[in-house]
Amino acid sequence: MDEAVRKRLIEAMARVVIAHAEELTELDRQIGDGDHGLNMKRGFEAVLESLPATAAKPLPEALKGVGTTLVMKVGGASGPLYGTFFLALGKTMPDTPTAAALAEAFAAAVEAVKARGKSQAGQKTMLDVLVPVAAVLSAGGEGLGPRVRAEALAAAEATRPMKAIRGRASFLGERSIGHLDPGARSSALMIAAVCDAIGA
Amino acid sequence: MTRKTAAHVGVVIVSHSTKVAEGAADMVRQMVGDTVPLAFTGGNADGGLGTDVAAILAAIDRAWTPAGVVILVDLGGAETNSEMAVEMLDEKRRGRVAVCNAPIVEGAVIAATEASGGSSLETVKRMAEELSPQ
Repeated sequence: MDEAVRKRLIEAMARVVIAHAEELTELDRQIGDGDHGLNMKRGFEAVLESLPATAAKPLPEALKGVGTTLVMKVGGASGPLYGTFFLALGKTMPDTPTAAALAEAFAAAVEAVKARGKSQAGQKTMLDVLVPVAAVLSAGGEGLGPRVRAEALAAAEATRPMKAIRGRASFLGERSIGHLDPGARSSALMIAAVCDAIGA
Repeated sequence: MTRKTAAHVGVVIVSHSTKVAEGAADMVRQMVGDTVPLAFTGGNADGGLGTDVAAILAAIDRAWTPAGVVILVDLGGAETNSEMAVEMLDEKRRGRVAVCNAPIVEGAVIAATEASGGSSLETVKRMAEELSPQ
């Protein structure tokens, strides 16, 4: 994968998170502690700052670089969760991934997030987006990009009726029902942005 | 404020708030004294409420002894960030640092009390966790 593509993909994720920081913070204010957008924005601003150096590296190292920056800069629980995702993704991803290699790396990254958060799908978290997206990637087939994009956005929306079992929202129990999960929303935004940037 | 004593397990307090972390550390100092290496950290990198992996790593370093270090945390992000910090330690230290599932103030006081008597890392962690609501 060439440097310009790596730069475009990482920048797309960073820009969408920064552009939606207020929306994510507002979602988090409803069922969490109201810092998700601000924390993610801080992390991805740092990612943008180091982007020229990061994008110059092969894809595995570039992904690990993004992961380390998020771990160190985000602050909230989303730092280690997203950081772990990108670190694990970089560990498994080849520099020029096939669809199968991407699916495998994504699945490994999702497993790492489950371990870090001691969580799984169905608990109203980012995993409710990551797990179904991993399934679409693993199934493969034609028109993968648009299907991944649609799945991510729909899966985030599907967290609305869920009751939170992990994360700060779980303190609210039944009262978390009816609200979109901020972590699921940020995951969906980033996945959709990458699909758009690939031109899928 | 850290006095290193090879024989005692160190205690690290990680809160979303610097004031909570510092207050808990004050209580430990008053109740247990300063035989146990103690460090605290609170707040995110911008000084707001939150936790910071780099600051947690620095706190582990300040409280480090060969006997190991226990970490007491408050809410979710403090736990996740502390576990992340432990994983980022070099291999030799990683196995000697334990995040306790215990209330932060009571856990820190009990852990430090236990550590001041020279208990092992495993014992210090277990005693702190006995206070945890099951």
